[in-house]
Amino acid sequence: MLRFIDTVGEAVAGIKDGSTVMIGGFGNAGQPFELIDALLDSGATDLTVVNNNAGQGDQGLALLIKEGRVRKMICSFPRQSDSWHFDAKYKAGEIELELVPQGNLAERIRAAGAGIGGFFTPTGYGTMLAEGKETRFLDGKWQVFETPIHADVALIKALVADGKGNLIYRKTARNFGPIMAAAAKHSIVQVSEIVPVGALDPENIVTPGIYVNSVVRVSSSGTAGNEGQVA
Amino acid sequence: MSTLETSLQTSAEPLGRNELAALVARDIAPGSFVNLGIGQPTLVSNYLTEEQNITLHTENGMLGMGPEAVGEEIDGDLINAGKIPVTELPGASYFHHADSFAIMRGGHLDICVLGAFQVSAGGDLANWHTGAPDAIPAVGGAMDLATGAKDVFVMMTLLTRDGVSKLVEECTYPLTGVGCVTRVYTDKAVFLTGPDGVRVRETFGCTFEELQALVPLPLTPAAS
Repeated sequence: MLRFIDTVGEAVAGIKDGSTVMIGGFGNAGQPFELIDALLDSGATDLTVVNNNAGQGDQGLALLIKEGRVRKMICSFPRQSDSWHFDAKYKAGEIELELVPQGNLAERIRAAGAGIGGFFTPTGYGTMLAEGKETRFLDGKWQVFETPIHADVALIKALVADGKGNLIYRKTARNFGPIMAAAAKHSIVQVSEIVPVGALDPENIVTPGIYVNSVVRVSSSGTAGNEGQVA
Repeated sequence: MSTLETSLQTSAEPLGRNELAALVARDIAPGSFVNLGIGQPTLVSNYLTEEQNITLHTENGMLGMGPEAVGEEIDGDLINAGKIPVTELPGASYFHHADSFAIMRGGHLDICVLGAFQVSAGGDLANWHTGAPDAIPAVGGAMDLATGAKDVFVMMTLLTRDGVSKLVEECTYPLTGVGCVTRVYTDKAVFLTGPDGVRVRETFGCTFEELQALVPLPLTPAAS
């Protein structure tokens, strides 16, 4: 059931302690800052967060980690020049890390949304990130068994939603949005614009509205401008 | 300086980072789809010519990536794998992360160019983790690229700061991929790795014999 919601606070109000939350974005591109800020304000804690990174600088996911709301990160690239909040929590033993090669992370998320119970992939074979995992020689190469990553909620940033919840994105801010929308039981999307049914060309829809549960318009969403230039 | 003592030696001096990047760029076949890793490999893009018609892939979801953005071109929604603002070229396309890594894993990329801590005689790559107990591990797309691209080129200095060869019999750092590297471009030589062992295509600032003295595994000239 699709709902259009007035405020980011109402949009995240149902997120319970202990939830697994997928958060879109690669670095700051596509990161739904307003939804994350609302999640922080909601007080939800003991969260497992799925994101490519583990926060940059002093905003968004980095603040959620700083405030101790994140019990576990599932990500591919936590260590960055400005990931000081994650670094501190990790070194203090206050956050759990499941490190996943980036393509396996994406495919595990995709698998969850697509109803796939697991898959074999060559990525990671023979490395410490495949230790303890089942391997098979398939299709001419050794492959590692990987399982889907499901989530209770996904927080996503898109550019435009129509009245059916169909989404389009902007440039490389698309990144994890489409697969996270499908993988989570409940997807919450912030957009910069909501247009009437029929206003988006059906040929150009990136995420069909069937994957979208809640849409909230955020005035600063969409064109990221220079908001995310902490590399 | 020494004269060019063997047919393998193509430069009297070791190559600098930019000269090496130019050499890698020259070796990329026209029309290729290429992913350039973060750091030194990014320099290769400065030497690709329009005539080569190379399409650059960035793991965060784009083909047809253009040069780094400057001034008013900077757009937070348009970044590369290193999270640096970039530009789009005519004919560019955007796609989500699962598609982007399907492009890698599915063998659709012709070449990726990566940095390395170590490369083994059998083409194993170690480039993501020093294995130090206090290091925070971060892998990103390195394992997917190493496993997926048809050719994996490594760019690195041959020796560590302490003068130890990074081309080794077996990697001691944690692996990124097994048997994936096909060529190693270094300041002192270009190596070809494969089932025939490590062959030397050309040397820079040293003879084949001088190079062999630096590397703790048997080398053969590629010409022989």
